[in-house]
Amino acid sequence: MIKAILIFNNHGKPRLIRFYQYFAEDLQQQIIRETFHLVSKRDDNVCNFLEGGSLIGGSDYKLIYRHYATLYFVFCVDSSESELGILDLIQVFVETLDKCFENVCELDLIFHMDKVHYILQEVVMGGMVLETNMNEIVAQVEVQTRMEKSEVKLSRPSG
Amino acid sequence: MTSHTHIPTQMIRAIRSARTQCEERGVIQRECAAIRAQFRQADNGGRSHNLAKLLYVHMLGYPAHFGQMECVRMIASPRYSEKRVGYLGAMMLLDEKQDASLLITNSIKNDLAHSNQYVQSLALCTLACMGSAEMCRDLAPEIDRLLRASNSYIKKKAALCAVHIVRKVHELGELFAPAARSLLSEKNHGVLHGAVVLIIELCERNPETLERFRKTVPDLVQIMKGLVLSGYSPEHDVAGISDPFLQVRILRLLRILGRNNEGASDAMNDLLAQVATNTDSTKTVGNAVLYETVLTVLDIKSESGLRVLAVNILGRFLLNNDRNIRYIAMTSLQKIVGTDHNAVQRHRGTIVDCLKDQDASVKRRALELSLALVSASNIRSMMKELLLFLSSCPPELRAHAASGIFNAAERYAPSQRWHIDTMLHVLITVNTDRATRPAALSHMGFSPSRLTSGCPSAQSLVQVACWCIGEYGDLLLRGDCQETEPVQVTEDDALDALETVLQSHMSSPATRGFALTATMKLSTRITDNVDRIRSIVSIYGSCIDVELQQRAVEYNALFKKYDHMRYAMKKSTCPLYLISPPPPQSVQLHMKAPSGDSLPARGTAKVTQMVVLNNPNKVGLTHTHTHTQKGEHYLNPTNHLPMSRCYHNRL
Repeated sequence: MIKAILIFNNHGKPRLIRFYQYFAEDLQQQIIRETFHLVSKRDDNVCNFLEGGSLIGGSDYKLIYRHYATLYFVFCVDSSESELGILDLIQVFVETLDKCFENVCELDLIFHMDKVHYILQEVVMGGMVLETNMNEIVAQVEVQTRMEKSEVKLSRPSG
Repeated sequence: MTSHTHIPTQMIRAIRSARTQCEERGVIQRECAAIRAQFRQADNGGRSHNLAKLLYVHMLGYPAHFGQMECVRMIASPRYSEKRVGYLGAMMLLDEKQDASLLITNSIKNDLAHSNQYVQSLALCTLACMGSAEMCRDLAPEIDRLLRASNSYIKKKAALCAVHIVRKVHELGELFAPAARSLLSEKNHGVLHGAVVLIIELCERNPETLERFRKTVPDLVQIMKGLVLSGYSPEHDVAGISDPFLQVRILRLLRILGRNNEGASDAMNDLLAQVATNTDSTKTVGNAVLYETVLTVLDIKSESGLRVLAVNILGRFLLNNDRNIRYIAMTSLQKIVGTDHNAVQRHRGTIVDCLKDQDASVKRRALELSLALVSASNIRSMMKELLLFLSSCPPELRAHAASGIFNAAERYAPSQRWHIDTMLHVLITVNTDRATRPAALSHMGFSPSRLTSGCPSAQSLVQVACWCIGEYGDLLLRGDCQETEPVQVTEDDALDALETVLQSHMSSPATRGFALTATMKLSTRITDNVDRIRSIVSIYGSCIDVELQQRAVEYNALFKKYDHMRYAMKKSTCPLYLISPPPPQSVQLHMKAPSGDSLPARGTAKVTQMVVLNNPNKVGLTHTHTHTQKGEHYLNPTNHLPMSRCYHNRL
């Protein structure tokens, strides 16, 4: 299972954090810092697997990450997940973001954090891989976005 | 023109424009106060984006617990947009231990039966993330119903929700087994994937369930065949492979079902062979499938031909350009090097090549594997490679590599000379300040000139050599070694070597100290050249180096005044001098036996000697002679020669 999905930029600023196991808030932030520390000092031409940090801990867990431009996508997983499979999944997720946001960049994640969460929810649910077909994911996300928009139209607030 | 479905950009802009942490805190405090106020007001249509703002703030690490009740309220709202962000908030801010989470149970229950599948899916998602044991027990029948009669979108989510329920309440596994079984006949890949994940969970939890699901192996094999052999299917195609994620997942289930079971393993044998040979390994997705196939083959009771095929695939992976592939191949080979040793040995060459990989993680794995593959038949060639590796390996691996090499050398050394040569090579290469295994060096014959000229800049090695010559000089001179070409060392040779060290401008003062002491020690171990030693020692009595001068003077005194003691000390075969310097400045070398204790000197008396190296500062040493067990040494900041005494230490 996937214990956590963290997206942060080259300076360690979190852009999306999703824990599938409960951690107290301050521990969450510590984990983010520790993970950033581990991942940021890796060279660009080494392998994408790391033993997990001590906080997100457990010998069964590893960090699988990909670095895209200014963002690190880090999945913390246990041995029930295929490492290469997770690497491919990260790619699927990023390509999906790209389709939903049209040439996604860091600013999109900053200003539309909730939307990124909703997209992620179509890919991973409860720490388990839900859907890997990009077209399916994008289609479902679009239906739900349309639903929200139409709702807003019907009940436009007065403020 | 802020869209009401998105987090208002103003707040985020304000936060981002803060130039310091303090300023950011101020902005956030103001924003949170505004959000709080909004929460208290009646519904004004902007509730969803207030909660969204709060979640953003929460991600940055600021407290957001005051939003918990708002999440509960939003979840109960009839509006989809509000439910959506409410459920998201619940998953981020609540966990089952908090009281507020109980309050959403009813909403989840209702929403699971909602007419809108997207509302149902929100409830399913939240339940799968944070459902407590009670909630799970309560809602399990509903999930089972959804597993059987709903559309694919809901079915796949219900399957994963069931996994969570089973994790929380193990007994409920029984409830879901039948539905899981029937899901295997679905066509939709998302549903199939969810079903396989659920079945894996059920089998891993309950051995009886595992027994029952073994009957599904033929069905699983059929599904896989469909995926592997089918023609191009645009819907599921990823770089020429049909739904690699599903293939990997099914292979994982097959592994669990085939483990320790001949029948099941037989049933999947052909399929595994097919997948192994047909899957295109030029793309990464293909490699994920191949890798999973290999792991399955190696874990079940597969026939030997298939096992060899699997190991060969791993061997091919080692040559792949992709570092990730090389890394995981090595991890797998490490796991099976015990059980399939011969198969792995065939790829020794490739593994050894990986010692030169640029990636430190790959290097580390290659080292582990190489050490595991060393045997009596390949020791010479392997050692060449390992020594080559040692000379250029990253510092964090050096100690491990050195100790691995020593162990291998000790186990498989074809001859003592080879053993010594190898160890010398390591010491020369590594030049650390830990003398590893000098005992081994000293108990076998060695050539002092080789040691001292081996690498003049390797001070610690020279120091070890000098110490050994001094301490074991008589062994050395006896020429007592069982080598293929015994080296005959004369007293002159030994003294020549020591004098070279003394005179070399590359020797550090500490090294010279060692050489001088060793020279002195030899005076009791040799018979013919005592005069030569005396003259060397007296020369250094006027050496410019204070430390050396002092030692030389003391040794001279020993010659003059305490000559009788000098021999008496020799007879008791205890080491003459214990030199324990003051706190070291930078380099410190302990002579330690393999056990970590001080190296026992030869002879019958139980004596230990600690030789500690340091970079001497210009502080003098006071030696005091005591009649007690231990000699004591004090450090004086002094410019003049202290009173000279010699003492011996016997434990």
